[in-house]
Amino acid sequence: MTYTQWFQSWAGENLGWFISHVTLILLIALPLMLAVAMIIYADRKIWAAMALRRGPNVVGPLGLLQSFADGLKVMLQETIIPSAANRGLFLLAPIITFTVAQIVWAVIPFGSQQVLADINVGLLYILAASSLGVYGVIIAGWASNSKYPFYSALRAAAQMVSYEVSIGFIIIGVVLWADSFNLSTIVEAQKGAGVLPFLNGFGFNPLLFPLAVMFLISALAETARPPFDLTEAESELVAGYQTEYSSMAFALYWLGEYANVILMCALNAVLFWGGYLPPFDWAPLYAVPGMIWLFGKILVFFFIFSWIKATVPRYRYDQLMRLGWKVFLPISLLFVFLISGWLMYTRYGA
Amino acid sequence: MIQTFAFYMFALLLLTAGGLVILSRNPVHAVLWLIVAFFNAAGLMLLIGAEFIAMLLVIVYVGAVAVLFLFVVMMLDIDFAELRSGLARYGVFGFLLAAVLAAEIIVAEGAWSAGKIDLAGRIAAVSGDRTNIEAMGALLYSKYLYIFEASGLVLLVAMIGAIVLTHRERGGTRPQNISDQVKRRPEDAVRMVNQPSGQGVQL
Repeated sequence: MTYTQWFQSWAGENLGWFISHVTLILLIALPLMLAVAMIIYADRKIWAAMALRRGPNVVGPLGLLQSFADGLKVMLQETIIPSAANRGLFLLAPIITFTVAQIVWAVIPFGSQQVLADINVGLLYILAASSLGVYGVIIAGWASNSKYPFYSALRAAAQMVSYEVSIGFIIIGVVLWADSFNLSTIVEAQKGAGVLPFLNGFGFNPLLFPLAVMFLISALAETARPPFDLTEAESELVAGYQTEYSSMAFALYWLGEYANVILMCALNAVLFWGGYLPPFDWAPLYAVPGMIWLFGKILVFFFIFSWIKATVPRYRYDQLMRLGWKVFLPISLLFVFLISGWLMYTRYGA
Repeated sequence: MIQTFAFYMFALLLLTAGGLVILSRNPVHAVLWLIVAFFNAAGLMLLIGAEFIAMLLVIVYVGAVAVLFLFVVMMLDIDFAELRSGLARYGVFGFLLAAVLAAEIIVAEGAWSAGKIDLAGRIAAVSGDRTNIEAMGALLYSKYLYIFEASGLVLLVAMIGAIVLTHRERGGTRPQNISDQVKRRPEDAVRMVNQPSGQGVQL
């Protein structure tokens, strides 16, 4: 009996479906918020360690409760709305960012058959929802009615749209190989998909590995993480589009951004490194729950994100655009050709 | 029941948002309402089972086209008083356009109720065992391959046209050549000099 069927057995078909899905949504959204709080702490700790500092170490044991203290602090602050701002849109913008960062999680498979919405356009849904994220930034920049947020919004719009193009082509490579847009099917297709048959993950395939690297870098640009954090480059734009925000509105951006970062780590894991599958196709490893493997992979990617943040200097805007349009776009297009050619030759040839 | 409710919700919101696109005084608000309209149109697409089209509508129109609209509209410095002053001049033209469109809708409605053109021989409904994407791909890359390729060519020509029209060579810029920079070695750039005191450096 599945989770939904258990609810339907005592609450009737429609009500049972409704209750089970509401609880499932809460089961994803609430731990996600907790994960965001802990990952912010992890980010600060990793960054501090690489700079030979201690990082947060006062609130709670080892500073573990630092994020919650920060959360409490922003909640008690005053919400300031600039008098020249466009009130409605100014308050709408952080809500958009926060909501969009959450709805994308609906299609991420946490284990075999463990996915909230098993739709057959799952990957397109992710692209569609993440393309909405840019509105949170643009609207904030415009509604603040202030120069630096506006510059930041213009940068963000161009940056996110540019990198979505190459992400689209990278995803096409994965879709061609997996023969599906459904994320669960994509993960299952990675079983033994490496260059050696006991490796799980498209990333172990030499034709798809360059795409995995490009996707990782594009994910950094898409989430505006360093070295591509030009939207909030503090030496040029104060705090970018967040400059005029305070209190909970600011916190919503904070939470939304980190939820997006975790999502991009999860997407790296799901698309290229086997998602909930263990890295090796070896029976005893499947005894470990798929969720553990997925979370482990997410943490590895998050460490890479933090590592890059601590070591790589910020790109200049023209360099960012050059990388997106003149490097990633042609190379990902080339790999779409190579992959489809290879598949025609081996899988569909006859 | 829920489908009917969803349909009327999407349809009502679509019409409202569409109306507000042209009624909004502020062009930025108009573009935002346009985005709401796109969204509800995508919802209607979902209801008729065209999930691929729905997702494409959101990705292409909301994710890219509307962003560029917003981008342009936000940067324009629009004088609202001047905008409204043209009403008398453009009003007649706009009214004519609306009349033509209304007439077309009435003709289409009349023709449709007289009996629709039989298209069953040309397009078949998607069979249940195929996903949207597979069905569309199979059709686009077999039956309509030439039309599909031709539309791709049209887009290519449009893109080249846009580049030719807007690109201009600016003299005096010093663009960064990244491969040159990467190729540069310390030996090319730095010279170690054992400088005796009291003499100038030979450069």
